Amino acid sequence: AVVRGCGGVWRRAWRRGAGGPAPAPAPRGQRAVACNARGGAVPAGKSGLAPWVPVVGLEIHAQISSNSKLFSGSQVQFAAPPNSLVSFFDASLPGTLPVLNRRCVEAAVMTGLALNCSINKKSLFDRKHYFYADLPAGYQITQQRVPIAVNGSLSYSLCIDSKTSQMVTKTVRIKQIQLEQDSGKSLHDDTRSQTLVDLNRAGVGLMEVVMEPDMFCGEEAAAAVRELQLILQTLGSSQAVMAEGQLRVDANVSVHHPGEPYGVRTEVKNINSIRFLAKAVDYEIQRQIEELENGGTILNETRAFDSKLGCTVPMRDKEGKQDYRFMPEPNLPPLILYDAKSLPANVNHQQVVNIDWIRERLPDLPSVKRAKLVERYGILPEHSFTLLNEDGLSEFFENVVKQTQMKPKKVIGWILNDLLSYLKQHSLTVKESPVSSFLLADLLNLLEKKEISSTAAKQVLAELWKAEGKTPLEIVKEKKLELIQDQKELEQICQAVIDGQENEVIMMVLG
Amino acid sequence: QVSAALKEGRVTPTELCQRCLSLIKSTKFLNAYITVAEETALKQAEESEKRYRTGQPLGVLDGIPIAVKDNFNTAGIETTCASNMLKGYISPYSATVVQKLLDQGAVLLGKTNLDEFAMGSGSTDGIFGPVRNPWSYSRQYKEKSVLKSQSEDEESNWVISGGSSGGSAAAVSSFTCFAALGSDTGGSTRNPAAHCGVVGLKPTYGLISRHGLIPLVNSMDVPGILTRCVDDAAVVLGSLAGHDPKDSTTIQDNFKPFELPSLTDVSKLSIGIPKEYNAPGLSSEILALWSKAADLFKDAGAKVIEVSLPHTRYSIVCYHVLCTAEVASNMARFDGLEYGHRSNMNKSTESMYAATRREGFNDVVRGRILSGNYFLLKQNYENYFIKAQKVRRLIANDFVKVFQSGVDILLTPTTLSDAAPYMEFIKEDNRTRSAQDDILTQAANMAGLPAINVPTALSERGLPIGLQFIGRSFQEKQLLSVAKWFEKQVKFPVIQLEEVKRHDHDVFQHQKSASFS
Repeated sequence: AVVRGCGGVWRRAWRRGAGGPAPAPAPRGQRAVACNARGGAVPAGKSGLAPWVPVVGLEIHAQISSNSKLFSGSQVQFAAPPNSLVSFFDASLPGTLPVLNRRCVEAAVMTGLALNCSINKKSLFDRKHYFYADLPAGYQITQQRVPIAVNGSLSYSLCIDSKTSQMVTKTVRIKQIQLEQDSGKSLHDDTRSQTLVDLNRAGVGLMEVVMEPDMFCGEEAAAAVRELQLILQTLGSSQAVMAEGQLRVDANVSVHHPGEPYGVRTEVKNINSIRFLAKAVDYEIQRQIEELENGGTILNETRAFDSKLGCTVPMRDKEGKQDYRFMPEPNLPPLILYDAKSLPANVNHQQVVNIDWIRERLPDLPSVKRAKLVERYGILPEHSFTLLNEDGLSEFFENVVKQTQMKPKKVIGWILNDLLSYLKQHSLTVKESPVSSFLLADLLNLLEKKEISSTAAKQVLAELWKAEGKTPLEIVKEKKLELIQDQKELEQICQAVIDGQENEVIMMVLG
Repeated sequence: QVSAALKEGRVTPTELCQRCLSLIKSTKFLNAYITVAEETALKQAEESEKRYRTGQPLGVLDGIPIAVKDNFNTAGIETTCASNMLKGYISPYSATVVQKLLDQGAVLLGKTNLDEFAMGSGSTDGIFGPVRNPWSYSRQYKEKSVLKSQSEDEESNWVISGGSSGGSAAAVSSFTCFAALGSDTGGSTRNPAAHCGVVGLKPTYGLISRHGLIPLVNSMDVPGILTRCVDDAAVVLGSLAGHDPKDSTTIQDNFKPFELPSLTDVSKLSIGIPKEYNAPGLSSEILALWSKAADLFKDAGAKVIEVSLPHTRYSIVCYHVLCTAEVASNMARFDGLEYGHRSNMNKSTESMYAATRREGFNDVVRGRILSGNYFLLKQNYENYFIKAQKVRRLIANDFVKVFQSGVDILLTPTTLSDAAPYMEFIKEDNRTRSAQDDILTQAANMAGLPAINVPTALSERGLPIGLQFIGRSFQEKQLLSVAKWFEKQVKFPVIQLEEVKRHDHDVFQHQKSASFS
């Protein structure tokens, strides 16, 4: 804190002085933001004033997993040749009209239900205007006034102590989920000073999930987004791969003293992984505290996270402060949803979306899956998190359990310590594992029947990774790793050992 | 009549098409057409001829020459909206209504002139120049106006066609086609129909697809139908109406085309005369004609009652806010990137946008964009846009109340006066003109109701005057039946086109068969 404090004073001195080299950035990260996961405040710095309370809210855009776009029939596909998936409507040719994609509505309803939202039986579409090269119509169709789902919540858990891996569960309120169009992509070619526009993404359906500022640090934000990601993937409403831009997170960050109103917030964009989300948020909290403690002010601005430098930098605003001139979308009638009660008789089921019908068909959500794993197999809750965190791992685990006599509690150790760490080391997904659940079960059965020792089992597993097509038993035989169950054979071996070490035996006998 | 002639082989589609094309040429001075699609029209006529020869015509419309206002997309034929912004623009698709007409064998002659992006009431404000009302060259007009102003040079006497679908109205009125599509947002089909002495139908909002119609105000735009008689309008309506999966605001049900009955008894009808339509500026001869028409119904035994639509007088201001707001939004797409005009300015993307839009749009369009954006600003939205929406609801409710009280049809004038000479018309700016001229037609758009102009009589100057019937939502059959009865009673005179006769005597004789149905 001393160093930091000096840094602060030092920096201001530099700012006052005319000329001179640009000041080096003040050392950061001397004190990581103390996220004690109890919603606790960050202790005050050198000022000795009241502690700081960071506040984090998130706006998440999830691309809907659908065959076609939100309002047109063009296909949705990642990394297709530029401008190959563009309908007349997507290019906003004059006279074209939006036609709502039912699948996108269903995906939003599913997501809303999974996030405990109330689903609005009547929601509206609006136009949000701004000029940008990748927004051909000059406006985006969104749901500003009445979104499809509101007032939900999301429970997520995070580890508060890495040693004991103790978990704590928290809840963030979901303000709303709105359906809206994605924009296209602009590529700026500075050398030839031109902008290239790809409209493949223009008009793809998005769900914007707005999380209330109920989080206090990067870890919490990251855990909440990870849980949301798992839910979306379980529902199939979005593939939610951050690296492919199917899940985009903007973080609103501010700090204030307890008992005081929230501070001025900044919006952090350009966050393209969950790990970076935690980093970006924590950096921004730290930056704001330092800025304020040094007598500065926080601007209500948009900042970009630079993953290489690990810091946030002010973004050049598109056109300064914008007035989006919202207006009802006149070409789309209100979106009406039904439930079992309100569903009119003799209606074509292809024409309507029935909330209850969707509710009944929701798959088990991650939280339910975890509870079931804990209950059914007696594993630790934190292990259930790890199992669900990797795509396919819980299924792998359950398959192994089914095929072996070994207790699930013991199987989980092999899964988490051996299988998972190997996969991580080699950056493999569960599906790409060279050892199938069948082979692992086979191996564990040998261990369980005491045919091999656990040390030997690890040796066999090491052989299995090579994926040479051998069964565990073959490897055991080849390497002579079996435990000896025959009394006579054991005596013979012992005798041989004794015979081979005559001197030592004599010494021992003599004492 | 023509349809029967086609069926009986008295005339072939190609002959008919060629006659129309030749008439278009000889009436070129009317400036009714922006693009004449001679080649494709002849090809379509040929196809039609084949169908007739094999005895398999597609229907009443097969082989019938039609024209389409130049704000409907037509694949392969330029669609300009009479704007520099879309000059040279060829759409890759056809509007649903255009496609439906083509699918039924109609022969598309070309695209008709309008005010830029349909913003206007005179068809005077497009980049291709004003449309001249064919009646300017009629014997009826000349006899009367020449007497008065012998000294004035003929060139300055011509009158406007009304707008914004003036090209379509003039095209139908001058016999160059049998039916034309217009669009109607505040009266743009009925107004020129009244001035050009043709039938102009604005159907119920949602009955006909807007897909492919380049929008003015999405929540009020309706494709309009211009024909020489009510029966023709009914036929065209039957071929266009119904659900379109490409337009979510169309009715879900399929539409059953109907044949119009020839009413003989109107005694069960209740005709409403809205007193607010006796608006300031209404010419005395139109007022007289209106009450004569009311008497006509009364004499035939119908109940004729005065009704009140108290909020109609707010419709102009209300329309101004709603129209400009939607215009500002709809025009945002014209940024020079994907299609249309692009300025050479390349200092920055923003400066390119600005220059493109400055060069591409005329003052009228730019003015509406500017005020629309003002009304949509966060601090103004509540005070202007929301209020205007509420007023719109009140205007619509007025109609609901009147119809609930037992009134079947409303009878009103369509325009305040007959067509003004061009030189008079342009003394006022577009905004003032539109506000005045839409006054009697606009409320029907606010309420989404069907309305029709029926040419009724000639004014003292020898120019057409029309009256308007407004019906209940989706009650086109009743509306058109009454209109047809009225049409039969008033016997509106046929235009005596002197110029054309002089140029093209033969052709003209044939074209006089007024209707095709």
